[in-house]
This record gives sequence, C-alpha cells and structure tokens, in this order.
Amino acid sequence: MKRQLILEDGNVFIGEGFGADKVMSGEVVFNTGMTGYQEILSDPSYCGQIVTMTYPLIGNYGINRDDFESVTPAINGFIVKEYEPEPSHWREEESLDTLLRAKDIPGLAGIDTRKLTRLIREHGTLRGRICSLDVDAQQVIEELKQTTFVRDQVQRVSTKSPYHAPGRGMKVVLVDFGMKHGILRELIARQCDVVVVPYNTSANEILRLRPDGIMLSNGPGDPVDVPEAIEMINEILGQVPIFGICLGHQLLSLACGAKTSKLRFGHRGSNHPVREISTGKIDITAQNHGYTVDLDSLEGTGLELTHVAVNDSTVEGVRHLEHAAFSVQYHPEASPGPHDANSLFNQFVTMMETEKKATVLA
Amino acid sequence: MGKRNDINKILVIGSGPIVIGQAAEFDYAGTQACQALKEEGYEVILINSNPATIMTDTTMADRVYIEPITLEFVSRIIRKERPDGIVATLGGQTGLNMAMELDESGILKTYNIELLGTDLDAIKRAEDRDLFRTLMNELDEPVPESEIVHTLEEALQFIKIVGYPIIVRPAYTLGGTGGGIVHNEEQLREIVTSGLKYSPVTQCLIEKSIAGFKEVEYEVMRDAKDQAIVVCNMENIDPVGVHTGDSIVVAPSQTLTDRDYQRLRNSSLRIIRALGIEGGCNVQFAHDADSDQYYIIEVNPRVSRSSALASKATGYPIAKMAAKIAVGYSLDELMNPITGKTYASFEPALDYVVSKIPRWPFDKFEAANRTLGTQMKATGEVMAIGRNLEESLLKAVRSLEAGYDHIYDTKIAKTETDVLVKRLDKTDDERLFVLAELLRRSQSVQSLCELTKIDRFFMQKIARIVALEKELTASIDNLELLQKAKERGFSDIAIARLWNKEEREIYNLRKEQNIRPVYKMVDTCAAEFESKTPYFYGTYEDENEAIQTEKKSILVLGSGPIRIGQGIEFDYATVHTVWAIKEAGYEAIIINNNPETVSTDFSTSDKLYFEPLTVEDVMHVYEQEQPEGVIVQFGGQTAINLADELEARGVPIIGTSLESMDRAEDRDKFEQTLLSLDIPQPLGRTATSVEGAIIIANEIGYPVLVRPSYVLGGRAMEIVYKEEELLNYMTNAVNVNPKHPVLVDRYLIGKELEVDAISDGENVFIPGMMEHIERAGVHSGDSIAVYPPQTVPEDLKQKVIDRTIAIARGLNIIGLLNIQFVWHKDEVYVLEVNPRSSRTVPFLSKITGVPMANIATKVMLGQKLPELGYETGYQPEAQEVSVKVPVFSFAKLRRVDITLGPEMKSTGEVMGRDTTLEKALFKGLIASGMSIPTHGSVLFTVADKDKEEALSLVERFHQIGFDILATAGTASFIKEANIPVTVVNKIGEEKPNLLDVIQQGQAQFVINTLTRGKQPARDGFRIRREAVENGVVCLTSIDTGEALLRVLESITFSSESMPQMQM
Repeated sequence: MKRQLILEDGNVFIGEGFGADKVMSGEVVFNTGMTGYQEILSDPSYCGQIVTMTYPLIGNYGINRDDFESVTPAINGFIVKEYEPEPSHWREEESLDTLLRAKDIPGLAGIDTRKLTRLIREHGTLRGRICSLDVDAQQVIEELKQTTFVRDQVQRVSTKSPYHAPGRGMKVVLVDFGMKHGILRELIARQCDVVVVPYNTSANEILRLRPDGIMLSNGPGDPVDVPEAIEMINEILGQVPIFGICLGHQLLSLACGAKTSKLRFGHRGSNHPVREISTGKIDITAQNHGYTVDLDSLEGTGLELTHVAVNDSTVEGVRHLEHAAFSVQYHPEASPGPHDANSLFNQFVTMMETEKKATVLA
Repeated sequence: MGKRNDINKILVIGSGPIVIGQAAEFDYAGTQACQALKEEGYEVILINSNPATIMTDTTMADRVYIEPITLEFVSRIIRKERPDGIVATLGGQTGLNMAMELDESGILKTYNIELLGTDLDAIKRAEDRDLFRTLMNELDEPVPESEIVHTLEEALQFIKIVGYPIIVRPAYTLGGTGGGIVHNEEQLREIVTSGLKYSPVTQCLIEKSIAGFKEVEYEVMRDAKDQAIVVCNMENIDPVGVHTGDSIVVAPSQTLTDRDYQRLRNSSLRIIRALGIEGGCNVQFAHDADSDQYYIIEVNPRVSRSSALASKATGYPIAKMAAKIAVGYSLDELMNPITGKTYASFEPALDYVVSKIPRWPFDKFEAANRTLGTQMKATGEVMAIGRNLEESLLKAVRSLEAGYDHIYDTKIAKTETDVLVKRLDKTDDERLFVLAELLRRSQSVQSLCELTKIDRFFMQKIARIVALEKELTASIDNLELLQKAKERGFSDIAIARLWNKEEREIYNLRKEQNIRPVYKMVDTCAAEFESKTPYFYGTYEDENEAIQTEKKSILVLGSGPIRIGQGIEFDYATVHTVWAIKEAGYEAIIINNNPETVSTDFSTSDKLYFEPLTVEDVMHVYEQEQPEGVIVQFGGQTAINLADELEARGVPIIGTSLESMDRAEDRDKFEQTLLSLDIPQPLGRTATSVEGAIIIANEIGYPVLVRPSYVLGGRAMEIVYKEEELLNYMTNAVNVNPKHPVLVDRYLIGKELEVDAISDGENVFIPGMMEHIERAGVHSGDSIAVYPPQTVPEDLKQKVIDRTIAIARGLNIIGLLNIQFVWHKDEVYVLEVNPRSSRTVPFLSKITGVPMANIATKVMLGQKLPELGYETGYQPEAQEVSVKVPVFSFAKLRRVDITLGPEMKSTGEVMGRDTTLEKALFKGLIASGMSIPTHGSVLFTVADKDKEEALSLVERFHQIGFDILATAGTASFIKEANIPVTVVNKIGEEKPNLLDVIQQGQAQFVINTLTRGKQPARDGFRIRREAVENGVVCLTSIDTGEALLRVLESITFSSESMPQMQM
C-alpha cells in the first residue's frame, strides 16, 4: 500500500507503507549505522522522532528477543529504502514489519532515503508526517509548520517507578531519562547492584538509597526540558560519584552551569570518531544526539573538556575538576555500535571504589 | 607525531608480474603508495619487474628499477641507492616475502635500513602458521583445530585424531597455491605433497574443515599510536570452503546482527593490535550460521586484493593511508580525501550494496578443473554498486565480459535438472547461474540453501530476480514492471528477451517514459557530510547527484576485468589517456568496473562512473555527461566491441573511425586494403561452413591457422597440419555459421615481428619494433619479445617500417595501431593489424621513452604529430636490450595444457633490460619466476618434426655440462649424433619412468614438444603437467629452449682440458 512522508519544507516522498497503518508526525532524523536497526528503533532517545536508516537494506536478520534497548519502542516512524519480509538469522523471531505492526509504529519503504538524508543535512532536522496519499499535502505542511515540539519525551519514556537489579558489587542508582538497556547490561556485567529510578526522583530520595555512584542515562529531547534532574544533580554533585551518558552528560553539564544548544542535524550513527584529549587516542563511538554542550560555556563551570568529536570539534566528554563526576556525549554501552569506549564503565566502577575507600578512611 | 624527518629515501617493493592471486590491485596499491610518499617529500625508489604497471612509470618515483624481485637484484639496488627505509607491505605476498629474505640475508642490518610500517616480527606472527596459532591461543581467539605438518606422515597422524574433511593450507604461498579441501586419503596424499612443495618453508597447515560457515572479512587499519579502525567488512555469498578471491562477495555484511558485527570487529581490532600492524591488515572469519561461534581463518598483514576492493567499495584509500602511516602519521592526523572535511580516523558508512564477482579463465581453459576450493583460480574481478542487492549483483554479472547480460546461461538453460542439482555438490564458477536456473524450475529456496549452505537471505534475492522474470514474461509492456525491473538491475537486453523484443525498443520505451537512472555519489559517509568526490554509480531513484560541468569533456571506456588476453596493460593505457585528456584541457570521465585498477581510483579522472561496460550503461553516462565523444581505443576488446552500437546510437567515436577499424578487422575489407597497398599477407579466406573451410585449406595448403573472426587473445585459434585435424576443429572447437565465420590462413613458419605506431592520418611515428623469440604460431602475448630486434637485417626492418606507415595511412588511423608481421624467407607478411592500443604499449613506452598513449590521445583530440615533436618514421633504436617475458599461472590451474600455441595463456609479463640480449633474457627469465640451475639434467621428449632442431639444443646442453635424459625414441637419434644420453622409461612402462624422474627432481629442465591432441590422457600433456606440479621448468617451444641456452651458455664457464702440446 502506498504511503507518503510529507516534510514541513514541502518535500514529499511517496513509497510503500509497512508496519502499522497509522498517521504519525515527528522530527525526521537519520542514522548511518549499517547494522543494529533493532537497537536503534527501540532506543528511547528517539522518542517522538521518525528515524530514517541510510543503509538501504534493513530487516535482513529480523528481530530477535535479545537486542531490544527498551520494551516499547518510542519512535514515531521508521523509514527505510527496503525492508526484508523474510529475514534470515538463527536468532530471528519475527520480521521488522511484524514488530512495527505489533508496536503500532508506521513504516515507510521504497523512497530515496539518500535524497532525504541530503535534505536533512542541508536544512537541518525537519518535521515530517507519515500518512496516506489521500491527504491534502498543503494542509499537512501547514500543520507541520505550526506544530510545536513536544517537551515531555523524558517523562514518556522514563520508568514510572523504581526497580531493583540486585548485585554484589557497587551500589549504583541509575536515573532513567530514557535508558537504553545496554547501560544496565554493562553495570550488571560489572556485578553492580543497580536501582533504576524515574527521571524526577529527588536528590534526597536517591541519597537515601546510599549509592556508591549515580549513573545518568541517555534520553530523548532537549536537556533544558528536564529542570528537576538538573536540580537533583546539582545537589548530589560532590557527594556521590556521577557518570553521565548522552542526555545524562548534557544534564551534568547544565547542572554545573554550562549551556547546551541544538545541532543542525545531530550525530546519529556508529562511526563517530572521538578524541580523548589527555591521550590523543581515538575511539570510534556510537552516537545519537541532537543537542550538544557548548564548548565556550564550559569555562568557569568546574568542568574540563575530556573528549572532543574529531569531525566537528563538538564537546564529547567532560570531567569535573573537583568532584568525582564525568560524562560523555556518546554511547560507551554501544548496542548498537563499536565497543571501543566500553572501558568507561570500568572507569566508573574504579571511581566508585576509590571514593568509597576515601570515605571509609576519612 | 606527523611524518618522520629522520628518513629521506624510501625503497618501495612492487608485486611483480600479474599471476592468479596477485593482480592489478597491487599496481593500484603501489601507485597510491608512491604518490603518497612523494607527496610527503620523500625520495622514492621503486623496484618492480612488471612493465605493464602505472607504478613503474618514471613519474611515479624518483627512480624506477624494472628489475627482477629477487634477493640478488634487490640487494644490488639497495647497495646502489642506500635507502633509509623499505615499504614492503604494499607489494603483495611478493613484497612481503622479499622483505623477509632481505632481512634474513642481513643486508638490511648491514646498511641500517628500516622496514617501514608493519615490522617483520608482526609479519612473521601473521604468516607463520605456528606462531599465528600460538598468538590466537594467547588472545583466546578461536582457530579451527589444526596442525602444522612438514611431512605427509604428520598429516596422516592428524587425520587419525580429527578425521575428514580437512583443509590443507601451504605456508607462505599466494592465492592458496597448492592447498585444498581433502575428503579422503588419496586426496590427502596428493594435496599435502604438492602443498609442501609449493611452500617455501615446506610447511602446511592442515585444519579441521569448517566448510559451510559464513565467511566474513574485515579490513582493518592501525597506526603507531595503537589507534585502529575497521574500513569495511564484507560477506561472501559462498560459504567457507571457496577461496575468498573466488567467492562472490558483498559489502557491507548483510546477515550479521550488530552483535555479530561487533563481535568480529572486536576480534579484528584485538588481532591487529596484538600483531602490532602499522598499516592495513585483513582478517578473515568463519561465522557459524546457527550460533555465536566464530573462527579466525587467516590474517593478511598487508594490503591485499580485499583491501583494494574495500577501498573502491567505500572510497577509503587504504594503501595511501597505509603508506602515510608507515612514515609516521597517525590516523587522526590524516584527512579523509573523499570528503576533504573529515579525518581518516573514522569508519566509512555505506548507503549502497557492493557486489564483487570473480572473473575466471575457464572460457580460455576449457579443460581446466572448474571446481572452486581453497586455491584461487580467478584472474580478475568486477565490482558493481547498487541501492539494492539484486541491482548490484546483476550489474556485476553483466560487467563480467563473459557473454552474460543477466543471471541466465543458455547452455545451463538446456541442461537437465538432475544434472544441475548434481553440479551443486561442488562449487564451480557457474554456480550462480545454476542456482538461478534451478529456481526458474521451481526448486525451493530451502532445498538449495541446504545443498549449498548459502544463506537464505542471498538465495531469496536470486529467487526474487527469477520471480520478477516470470512477472515480466506474464505482463509484456507493463510499465510499472519495467520500472521495477530496472530498479532491480535488469538490463534492457534481459527485459527484451523476456518480452521478445529488441534491446533498442526497451531503451526507447524507457526514454519515452522517462525511466532512466540517476547517479549517486560514493562518499564514505552515507551523505552525512558534504563531499566533492566525483565518484558515481547509477541506480533507479529520484535524486541525481551528478552534475554536468561547463567544461568540455571526453568519455573514456575502461577495459573491465583482468582476464587472459586483456590484462593490466589496457588499464595502463586507459590511465594515460585520462591524464592526456586532462592535459589537453578537457574534463576526463571514465567508466570502468574493475575494482583492482588505477583507472578506478577516484583521483585518476575528473569523474569516475563505476558502471558495467555495456552499450546501455555507457549510453546512460553519455546522456548524463554529453561529452564531445567517446574514446574506445584504450579499453581493449571490451571497449572496441561497444563502438559499433554506440556510433549507431549517435555517439561520436574519437580517433580512428569505425569504418577504418572495420577495414582492419573485417577479413575481406582488410585483404582489399592490403592488396591496394601492395603489401603481402599469408594466403587465407573466410569460411562460413565446415566444407568451405576444407576447400580453402586444400587450396592454400597445410599447415593452416584457423580461428573465429573478431576475437581477442587468440581464443579458439589453432594450427592444423592435416584435414582430419581441421575437421575435428571445425566440428568441435567452433560453431561456424554465416554469422560467425572462421578464418583459414596459411601458416607461415618464421619469426614474428611486432610494431606499435602512432598515426594522425598523415604522419606515422613508430617508437619501436620488437622481434619475438618464439616463431609465429605462438600467441604474441605468450612469446618473449625483444627490443630492439637482434637478428633482423636493415632492409627487412625498412620494409616493416614502410609497410606500417603505408597501412596506418591506408586505414586512416588516428591514434594507435599495432601490427604483427611474420618474417618468412625474405619477405615480411602482415599477420594482423590492431587499430587500437595493444598489450605492448606500456613495455614499448617505457623502453623507448615515448609516452605513446599520451601522444595518441592528443592526436585523437586533434593535434598533429609534428606539433607534438614527432615526425614520420622509426625512432632510433636504444642501445640497451629489453625483453618482455610472459608469466603463466599454470600451477593454479590444474588440467590446463601449458603448451604454447596460438591461444594466449599467460596472465602477466615481466621485463628484463641490460646491455646484451643474454643478460636481458637472464633477468627476464629470473623475474618471470624461472629458476635457472647451471648444472644438472635436461629431459627431452620431442615430436618427430622437431627432432632435427632439438638436436642442436641437446648438443649445446651437453657442451655446457648438462646430462641428457630422453625417452627411447628421442634418445635413439641423440645417440646417433654421438651424444651421451640416459634413456628414461615412457609413461606406462616399468618404473621408474618419466614421471618418477620429474617427481623426484632428477631433471632441472624439461623440453617437451609433444603437442598433438589436447586430451589430458595423452603422454605429452601428462609430462608437462607433472613438471608444473613439481615446479620444474618445462619449455614447449624449441625457440624458448634456445633462448634459455643462450643464457646458460653466457653464465656457464666451459671446462675444457688444456690442448695437448704440439710435439
């Protein structure tokens, strides 16, 4: 069945519909990863967005039970050049189409995704709508132009109540702003005892859990839309070691007084080189963010730039000069993407151990 | 870090001649490396024995040595040049092995020369099976159960533990020479024995077979700062068991989840770091289709065929980056030249699908064993890019130059189903076509997957192509289906066949309906960043990214895949044409489909279209770019074959007109031309039937040379001595009919002379003339060519010169032409005129210093030769003697008869150059891989007609101290001449017989001219194969034997006792 994508700038892409037969709007973004579509479409950071895969063949290995990054995908739509109806992989449980139908997500295939990508590259992220062909395109364009961005994505994807993933190691409170399962997986792999709490949990409540460290997760949207988290971080900073990823990194930076701004079309893919300033070493990282911490705003915040994007010199990581706190813009938990930066989780565990010893000695 | 300033002079070792397993990809790598090093201001010294390469152009390095890549010669150059460093990881296995030899000899230490890039320990750890396995165990990286064996007995012991099937891999050989899959003891004995022989260290790895696993490759780069990235991963459609060079490969991987992908990525990075590679490296994996289990198959600690493919597939120039890393740069200091904005320390993202299909030589070697295994057999490959797998695969199929326009083979279409199913037991070169045919006959995807272990994902794609064929057949003129078929990569001609129409009708219909391709850019980053690289592929989608510039442009057609008869020489000429076009102020646009070559380096031309070379695909580019015209002279037969139809569709052909080309290639018109110019040629006529051929032969007299018209490389050409043979040829070897006539010519015995000339229509400049060592009848590509001629009298030379000029003018040649003459008695007869760039253009350009392709291009673009500084006539001959020696890949091709004849068999060439013919020949023969022992035995088995000539060779071998071995018949006439000879039993006679003598290494040379009959069972054939299998030099032409003798005589001292005192 034919379906179309209408963009706010008037561009229209007509293709084949798949997944759920549903009209959805959202910010249209692209991801350049050649593998990992299951992880991408279930990454809560994409909440409210329509994700385009630049690699043309998607769904080849189907959907399996292990590679979800959240239980319920939060994307508003999925655009591919071609989806595979008969996937082939020993772990495969169902096809991409089946999943999108089950999760009520519309898909669009058969359009010139490279053209769409180039449009986004030129004009920046665009609002768009996936709908049937019988709509009044002009009216849709007007509507899209009028649409204001939703600002409650974090609330939508964060856990509603705390839950516990017990372990025998360091006690970590993981604040869920739209957490990818990968982060929890990495902490558990390091024997951490993890309590996952909602995004709006207060500093007091968190501290009552007597954590050895706080993990600030990734999540969707603009970090300034989560003021309660910024406040919480502000209170905790200096009391317990903090590690932030993606949105968590932006929130830590904001809490320290830095500023954030929106990138033209963001970083989304599995091939982003990041330089660690102290060693000069490059890691290839997975990234998914539309906002960035402004480099100029770091001055006087107590934060030091630790990592920088090789391609556009944007801030990729910071460290607090006085307190045990660091964060990165990219995804050391990968899933999907390269595992180059995986050791940051070790660094976090070491930091918690060191701080704990220091506290005991004190 | 930046580049190193403590080194100034760098020696680059090339890869030598083109052989199976080591082809044009190393010219591409070497050229990039030389350019990269020069760019950095280093003094670059290059050694490579292959004259047909761009890298051996004198502009590529500060000094170029076209010398044998042997310890002796490389050491000589080192002593002369005293380089500070050597780059050896860009010259394939040859370069790597040379580096190890140099190290062992101590010369590197003596002169304090550093091996740049990956160091020797790393190379050894990767190459030596034992060290590699130990390292993998340390890293906890899984390798299949295996054992290093040095003897057959050790292999048999291992079998007792793991059982069959097993895979045998000889150490330090290229393209897996001598290896294979073994299912029983007989095979084990055969393959292990030959494997041990081929391994320079007499070492084989035998491992438990994991055939049937998915095969995946990663191309990895690392710098001295320990930064490592994956440039590209690739998945073989053929499962483990077929050499990756013989596999159909797609990039990126299609059936791996992100976890699978990252698992293998992590492993590759762990390995490249543990080995300490500084530069490029390739890791091959086997991945179970039913679990997370994987194994490391192999690591190549150097730039390889796969890295050339990965470079073209992604746009990331691996060799260039490897060269820069070798001189100290780190990845994050280097820009990504495609975007010019991002850095080399990133991993390319593709937004298209790449397919590579190998090009096998089985069209030339019909008797060859076509089964594919662990030993590579392909001579070249093609690559195609599409936005879906079907498109990319079908574009690759029609790029093959094997007569295919689709995955459809008429012969296979006529074969019984059970025969086709049976063929799937073993993998062969036509598997893709067999599968398509079986799917057409409604065999299930599932059953074919089970039989072949090909992943269902790929099988479904083939099945969908077949399903679309059926839809098309059922719905003729359906425009929606037409659009869909084009999107899926169907050629017009394939659609035309299904719709029972002419190709042109489909083309016109599409034009009417505006169904035409757009061009997308290969930009390394899936459009994330703006990129200015003019590297395009065609596909059926919305947005066109190719922009026609204001500048006038010229379109050059490349030569497609490397195959026997059309090698790297044509890419050499193509690249020079492109440069000349740029010099002349035009925009140079190239179309080609060979990922191994310099011509498909995106920095060679102003615009590169990576597309199939078919009329349809060329027309699309033509319409997109609207160039002044198309140049076809440099792309070998590939491009020439398109000229007719292109012109018919209104495309201007630049240079020699089609009409002139036709006059050179059409038998009757050519005869008329020569007649009018009063130039003799051997008698001959065109036959359109079997009976006709026999009548002609009787008229002109035997022996006659027979061949189909319009072929390159002497395909299906034979010399026949009597009617019975002619009848056999006409009925079995060719399919004669009025549309496909057969040429029957008198075969004149004599020396062959060859010239290449440049003509502007009035002025004709002849840079050089060559004399062939082997007499006419041996294909010119397979004979040793000598420049300048050594035995040709001046008056005959003048005849050759005069006739060349007359022919060039008579045919109104604008550009290059090549003429072959035979010197028979006191006359020179014209054998053949090729109105295009020939195989000898690079060789002659280099030894005469005349940039032939460049000048020819400028002439074609309208300049006159005198304006360019050349006048009519023959350039004065050089003092030095240069020889071009052919190189064969017979060891890789079982059951192929090595006898030289009218059909070309060589895969590459080397050059030897020195002050005398003997010295030049010595270098040439050594460089071609021949070992030349100065004492030992020579085994003679010659045909009756050759006995007289052979006797003089026998005599001379005897004179320089060789023992003579011969079979009874040959021995008896040797004895008659009073030369001592040892009789050896014939095959079938009591042991030890001839074969045992060869097997046991008791003969250093075999001279065998028993050529009649091509049946493998024939003795002559078995002797020749046995020699090849055992690495013994086997000569099948008395003339080559004579040349070898000259060399031997010149390097051997005679041992004569003092003369008796005169009392």
